[in-house]
Amino acid sequence: MKISTMQELLEAKVLCCEENLGKHVYSACGCDLMSDVLAYVKDQAVLLTGLINSQVIRTAVMMDMLCIVFVRSKEPSEEMLTLARESGIVVMTTEKRLYEACGLLYSNGLVGKTVKRT
Amino acid sequence: MSEALVFRFDVDGEDFTSAGQASVIVKRNLRQLGIDSEIIRRVSIAMYEGEINMVIHAGGGVAEVRVDEECIEIVLEDHGPGIKDIDKAMQEGYSTAPDEIRSLGFGAGMGLPNMKRHTDSLEIFSTVGVGTKIVMKVYNKVAS
Repeated sequence: MKISTMQELLEAKVLCCEENLGKHVYSACGCDLMSDVLAYVKDQAVLLTGLINSQVIRTAVMMDMLCIVFVRSKEPSEEMLTLARESGIVVMTTEKRLYEACGLLYSNGLVGKTVKRT
Repeated sequence: MSEALVFRFDVDGEDFTSAGQASVIVKRNLRQLGIDSEIIRRVSIAMYEGEINMVIHAGGGVAEVRVDEECIEIVLEDHGPGIKDIDKAMQEGYSTAPDEIRSLGFGAGMGLPNMKRHTDSLEIFSTVGVGTKIVMKVYNKVAS
């Protein structure tokens, strides 16, 4: 799925790195616990979350993610957006809740991935 | 890369917001060195978890990353309270982090197990009341 398609489905506002909206993503995860993202997620390009702090961006950087979606209309600080820009990560915000946002993406073909822990 | 490269950072223990800055820089440096991306990711995750731990539990410390042809070694040293029971700390879900850290997305007891999972070796030297030193190694596939 193109990141721009995600934006349309979620009716989201793009906050940085619009130039990367044409990139394709193949899996996503929805999570508020960054510890779990770091432990269980692999090769997932999109993080949907209701948590809002700089560690969300750094977690996405560490995991080589391409896009972060903040749910429930949460807006990151300019400092967080600067961090995201340094790594070319598209950041967007949607009014939808985490469950609904994940469901919309999933039902339109962006399925998650079961990760076997090593 | 005939000689080892060493990156050294002071990790600020006062500010949770800035935790992870050193890991971001290390990741960028390793990429510039042309290291394999999977290895970079393993090193980054392990170091990031370690950095977060130093900020949450130890009031900061020093992080040193040594890169040579054979391996990438991450050494994290702090003068915090030390780890009382290392076996327990290695169990997933065991955490002594305060609630406020959980509300920031961490402190779920995944840090040390996650560091072990992403590295080829993990050694912990800790003395209660003195501090903790963690040495992690990730071998460079390209060179082996």
